[in-house]
Amino acid sequence: MCNPYMPHLAKIIRIIPQMDDVRLFQVRFEDEKIRDEFKHRPGQFVMVSVPGIGEAPISISSSPTRPGIIELCIRRAGKVTDALFKLKENDAIGLRGPYGNGYFMEKIKGNNLLIVAGGIGMAPLRSLLWYSLDNRDDFRDIILMYGAKNPNEVLFKDELFSLLHRDDIKCLLTVDRDDTGTWEANVGVVTKLFDLVGLDQGKDNSFNSMDASSVTTYAAICGPPIMYQFVLQKLIECGFPKDRIMMSLERRMQCGIGKCLHCSVGHKYTCTDGPIFTYWDVMNMQEVV
Amino acid sequence: MKFLKLSTNNLHEFILSLRKLGEVHIPIKKGEKSFVFRKMNEPGDIDKIQLDYHRTILPLKKYFYHPTETMFEFSRDGFVPPEQPLNVHDIIFGVHACDIHGVLTLDLVFSGKYQDDYYFNRKKNVSIIGLSCMPDEFCFCNSMGTDYVETGFDLFLSETPGAYLVRVGTSKGDDMVNLSKELFGEITHKDIDAHKEYSLARKKAFKRSLDIRNLPEIMDLEYESNLWDELGNRCTSCGTCSMVCPTCYCYRIFDTINMDMESGMRRRQWDCCLFRDHAMVAGGHNFRQSRSDRFKHRWLHKQQSFAGVFGRPSCVGCGRCIEDCPASIDIVAESNKIQGVGREQSCLSPTTE
Ligand code: SF4
Ligand code: SF4
Ligand code: FES
Repeated sequence: MCNPYMPHLAKIIRIIPQMDDVRLFQVRFEDEKIRDEFKHRPGQFVMVSVPGIGEAPISISSSPTRPGIIELCIRRAGKVTDALFKLKENDAIGLRGPYGNGYFMEKIKGNNLLIVAGGIGMAPLRSLLWYSLDNRDDFRDIILMYGAKNPNEVLFKDELFSLLHRDDIKCLLTVDRDDTGTWEANVGVVTKLFDLVGLDQGKDNSFNSMDASSVTTYAAICGPPIMYQFVLQKLIECGFPKDRIMMSLERRMQCGIGKCLHCSVGHKYTCTDGPIFTYWDVMNMQEVV
Repeated sequence: MKFLKLSTNNLHEFILSLRKLGEVHIPIKKGEKSFVFRKMNEPGDIDKIQLDYHRTILPLKKYFYHPTETMFEFSRDGFVPPEQPLNVHDIIFGVHACDIHGVLTLDLVFSGKYQDDYYFNRKKNVSIIGLSCMPDEFCFCNSMGTDYVETGFDLFLSETPGAYLVRVGTSKGDDMVNLSKELFGEITHKDIDAHKEYSLARKKAFKRSLDIRNLPEIMDLEYESNLWDELGNRCTSCGTCSMVCPTCYCYRIFDTINMDMESGMRRRQWDCCLFRDHAMVAGGHNFRQSRSDRFKHRWLHKQQSFAGVFGRPSCVGCGRCIEDCPASIDIVAESNKIQGVGREQSCLSPTTE
């Protein structure tokens, strides 16, 4: 009988530092059967256990198109993540999931996709990014806009820079400030990137513009609250329908499966109804931020 | 459904006969005005039974969903759930309709795509015998639609003068009756009439009511009302209302570690959404920082959010949270207030401009 609370052992294969308090953990289930059965969608999360310390929800950064190894981009923020940062390669953790709704892939397919990330918000969006690139024919135009405070805080730097040369995605990277003098992309807040592409109504669909008001574009955004505020404003100005903007919410979670009530926000549970909500859903929730 | 009659004089004997099937639990007095379900250790305990109790301190959830429990033992080799003892069979006698609804509500929560077998494994071994009741000043189950039950019991006893009308709900219930067939008789038309009369008298006996149909809408409209701040100021976040509620189910999960610093237990414990850290995330941000937000959240969840997921409100109108709140918060009276009950006159009278 399967116990939905049962964590399965997974081994830390590699730890790749991203910045001071952010690391990418590559993990793999010890049990081959569980490894094969684990199927996730972009935007879903897992509950990560450090035995003796507890569990925390972590979004999955790897794409389902690259199974076997699960990548978790983790910011050190509480007791579980503190404990994770003390672990080394080959140490074991507990893992259960995947949970949550994930991005609405069935709906996005056949449409344009605009991904807007700020800071660590790239973590869940990276799964969506690679899923859509690996299934490139299923989508129309894809634009990625990613902003970080400074060059040292850009996640997945090499990987994202390599996208600059691809012609099947328009990748726009920016930093608020460049103290290093080595940054080779844009400087300025992420909303400034909107000036580099047309998101206005009625323009034709090419990499330099997406028809935001029509039914052909979905936006997925994730980042710090202040970024949400400005990006949402921009998207609404561009005429995006509120139910085509997907946001990812973070809440305290204990069970991850809709039973403990810790993650409730307004009338919804973040763990089972979310973590991906449309802007329209979010507008109708109390206590959102 | 099968109906039988059990003379009041035969009740004790029937309850004693159940001991052949398992441990029998009955409502007894705990304090001056409080009651609990307690296991009968010897036949003489039957004299302690309180057939006209209103509500026990804790509802039935304590049997299926323990206040704290071990979910796993862990070690280097992984997580292993503890063995649950499956030998005992508990028979709980004298459960009121609202509390049976409370159990049915928890069934909804713990079933579904992710079934919680800690709960269901215990529930498998418990039989429930319902008992009719007359409301006191705290009851409002009639407003919540939980004053009668159709499922969730093995037997249900309804009081009539001199006898109980016994409704047999399950085959297990039928087995119980068959243990001492001679104690039961056929029901007559007179019994049915007596039962109907009791039912009508009970309807009239409720002293409070709550209109739940427009409550969610009004609460939404009054989301910013000062009333919530007022209640938030009175509430001390003691958690009593959640602990005693038959349908409050939230819990927190925590690990304990053994001396070897390697093995230990993952446990869970009843929690309460009125506790300060309930919605606090790693990093310290609290999504329901103020007590009035948390207070509002509890009642909105009971009346509205739960219904959004499961189709009906989770409150069953047992009155426990009202009777037991140390700050004397009467959520039904406050809801009436927010709905403007008692102020209808002023709205309906023609306005003079
Ligand atoms: S019982 Fe009363 S004081 Fe205690 S948490 Fe509930 S509402 Fe607040
Ligand atoms: S909210 Fe209060 S009245 Fe309603 S079921 Fe819970 S304890 Fe009983
Ligand atoms: S985390 Fe327990 S209900 Fe969502």
